[in-house]
Amino acid sequence: MLSVKNLHASVGDKEILRGINLEVRAGEVHAIMGPNGSGKSTFASVLAGNEKFTVTEGEVTFMGKNLLEYSIEDRARMGLFQGFQYPVEIPGVTMANFMKIAVNEQRKFRGEEPLTAGEFLRMMREKSAVVELDTKLTNRAVNEGFSGGEKKKNEIFQMAMLEPKLAVLDETDSGLDIDALRIVATGVTKLHTAENATIVITHYQRLLDYIVPDYVHVLYKGRIIHSGDKTLALKLEKEGYDWLINNLEE
Amino acid sequence: MAEKEILESLEGEYKYGFTTDIETETIARGLNEEVIRLISQKKEEPEWMLERRLQAFRHWQQMPLPKWAHLDIPEIDFQDIIYYAAPKQTKKLGSMDEVDPELKRTFDKLGIPLEEQMALAGVAVDAVMDSVSVKTTFRETLAEKGIIFCSISEAIREYPELVKKYLGSVVPYTDNFYAALNAAVFSDGSFCYIPKGVRCPMELSTYFRINAEGTGQFERTLLVADEGAYVSYLEGCTAPRRDENQLHAAVVEIIVERDAEVKYSTVQNWYPGDKEGKGGIYNFVTKRGLCRENARLSWTQVETGSAITWKYPSCVLLGDNSVGEFYSVAMTNNYQQADTGTKMIHIGRNTRSRIVSKGISAGKSQNAYRGLVRVAKAAENARNYSQCDSLLIGDKCGAHTFPVMDSKNPTAVIEHEATTSKISEEQLMYCRQRGLSTEDAVGLIVNGYAREVLAKLPMEFAVEAQKLLAINLEGSVG
Repeated sequence: MLSVKNLHASVGDKEILRGINLEVRAGEVHAIMGPNGSGKSTFASVLAGNEKFTVTEGEVTFMGKNLLEYSIEDRARMGLFQGFQYPVEIPGVTMANFMKIAVNEQRKFRGEEPLTAGEFLRMMREKSAVVELDTKLTNRAVNEGFSGGEKKKNEIFQMAMLEPKLAVLDETDSGLDIDALRIVATGVTKLHTAENATIVITHYQRLLDYIVPDYVHVLYKGRIIHSGDKTLALKLEKEGYDWLINNLEE
Repeated sequence: MAEKEILESLEGEYKYGFTTDIETETIARGLNEEVIRLISQKKEEPEWMLERRLQAFRHWQQMPLPKWAHLDIPEIDFQDIIYYAAPKQTKKLGSMDEVDPELKRTFDKLGIPLEEQMALAGVAVDAVMDSVSVKTTFRETLAEKGIIFCSISEAIREYPELVKKYLGSVVPYTDNFYAALNAAVFSDGSFCYIPKGVRCPMELSTYFRINAEGTGQFERTLLVADEGAYVSYLEGCTAPRRDENQLHAAVVEIIVERDAEVKYSTVQNWYPGDKEGKGGIYNFVTKRGLCRENARLSWTQVETGSAITWKYPSCVLLGDNSVGEFYSVAMTNNYQQADTGTKMIHIGRNTRSRIVSKGISAGKSQNAYRGLVRVAKAAENARNYSQCDSLLIGDKCGAHTFPVMDSKNPTAVIEHEATTSKISEEQLMYCRQRGLSTEDAVGLIVNGYAREVLAKLPMEFAVEAQKLLAINLEGSVG
C-alpha cells in the first residue's frame, strides 16, 4: 500500500528526514516512536504533502501511484488521512458542513454521487458513535472551543467519516486523560480492517495497549534506526532510547 | 451542484459581465439645468418635483468633492456622464408578456425570474434596469394589505403627498456631494410604504443593474414603515463589465415610525474592474434611516463588487428605546477599494446600537472600516457595541479601521472590539488534507469568518452571498 524509499526532506536548509525506508501493507498497523525532534511529525506532514517541507530525495509509492506527484487534496482524496497533532480551529464553519464538503469531494474524486442530506446525517450519527463524540459538537465550528480530548476525538471522527486507506495519526494520544485515550484508541481499532492500514506516531507505549501494532519503528535523526514487533515498544518504555542510540554511535 | 456552479464561475471571472443588446434611449452627456428638466419631463413629473431637483442641482454646483475617505479616487468628469438611459419602449407595459424578451433573458441570466417562481420564493421584485422600473410584481397581493411598492417615479405621480412628506427628510440634498447630485438627477428607484400595524407578508426585493455604457445610475429608494409596521427589504446589484468606469450614486432613505421594524439587506456585486484595476463601478452611496420611538432598523450588507465603494448605512436613533443595527461584510480583491461602515446617532433615551463589521482584503486591495458612534446630550443610557474584524489574504492588501466615538452623555456605554487576522497556512493545510481544494478552503474559511453577518440575511440571499464571497476570491491565494 505504502512504500517509502530513501526519503529525504528538509525545511529551508535544514534536512530533517535523512533516508527513511518503510513498507506498509494492507491490514497492518505500524507504530513510529522516537525521541523528540527525531522527525516523526515531519514524516507525517511530508506524506500528507505539507508544502512547508521540500522532498529532496527518495520515492513514495501509495496505492501503486507516485504519491509525491500529487497535491495535498488529491492525496487526501486518494485515501491518505493525517490525524493532526494540533488540529486547527476554523471559526464559523460547522463540523457538519466541513465534513459534508470533505466527504463529497472524496466521492466526486471516485466518481460517485454526492450524499443526500439524509444519508449524510445518518452517516454522521453512526460515525460519531465510534469515538463517543457528542453529536452536538458536529454543529459547532471546526475545533473551536473544543477541549484537548474533543479535538483528538474529532480527528478520529473525521477518519471514520472519510474511511481512508491509510491513516497517519500524529500523536493522537498527546494531551489525553486515561478515559479519552481509551475511547480514541478503541475508535481507531474499530476502524481497522484488512483493507486499510494505520501508522501511529506516539511517545507512549500505553496507546499501543489498545492499538496493537504489527511493527514498531524507532525514528532517530531522520532515519529508522530499529524496527521490531510490539514487544519493542515495551522495552522502549522500560529502557528508553539510549541503548539504541548508543549502539548506533558505537 | 453549488460547487459546480462556483467552479464554472471561477473560470468565467466576473459572471455577470454580459451586456444586453436592447435599444436604449439616452440623452446627451453632461449635466446642466436643461438635462434636469429633460429627465423630469421624461419621467412625467409634476412641477414641484422639478423644483426640488433644480434646487438640489444649484446647491450641488457649490459643493466641493469630498476627499476625506481612505480612497484613491481618479478624477471624475461629471460632464462626461450620461444622466439618463432607459430601455426604449413605445408604450407602457400591461403584462409580463409584453416585456422585451432580451430584457427578460438578462434577468433570467441574473437568476431573478420575474414570474411564478417568485411566488414560490415569496419575493416581490421591483427590477430596475438602468433607470426605469421594468416590471413590478406582486403589486396586487401587496395592495390588499395597503402596502405600496412601486418605482419612485410612479410614486411621485401617484402618491405625491407621501413622497413630499418623506423624500429628503432623512437625507436632505444638502447632506453631501453625492446626495445632492442624486437629488438633482435621480432617475428611478423604489418606493415602499407599509401602513400602520401591517406586517409585510413577503420579502420585498429590488434588483439593480447598470447596463448602458457610460451611464450613471442614480437610484433613489424611499422606504416608509408606518407605526407598528414591519418589512424586510432586499437589494441586489450587478453590472456588466466595461473598460470604462461607471458612476453609481444612490440614496436610500428609510423612515421607521414608532414601534415599527425594518430590515434592509444588500448584496452588492457591481463590476469591480479587471485584475489590473481597469474599469469597474464607482459606488458612492448614502443610506440612512430614521428611527422613532421603539423602532428598530437593521442594515445588513455584503459588499463584494465595485472598483470603489463609499458607503455608510446609518441610523438616526431619534425616538426613545429605538435600536439600530449594522452588519457588514465588505470584501475587496485585486485593485478594489472600499471605505465603508456606519453611523449610529443616538439622540433618544435608552437607544441601543450594534455594529458588526467584517472586512476581507485580498490582492492589492484596500479595505477601510469607518464608523461613527455619536451620543447626544439627551441620550440617557445609550448603549453601543461595535465589533470590527479584518481578515487579510496575502501580504499586498491593506485593512484600516477608523472608529470615531463621540459621547456627550456620561451615562452612555460604548464598547469597541477589533481584531485583525490572516488565513493561516495551518488552516489551509487542514482543509486540503480533508480533500478540499485551496479555492474551496479559502471560500469556506471566509464564509465561516463572515457567518455572523451572513446569518442575518434572508435564506436565498445568504446562499448567493456565500457564492459571491468564494467566487470573488478566485486566485487570491497560492
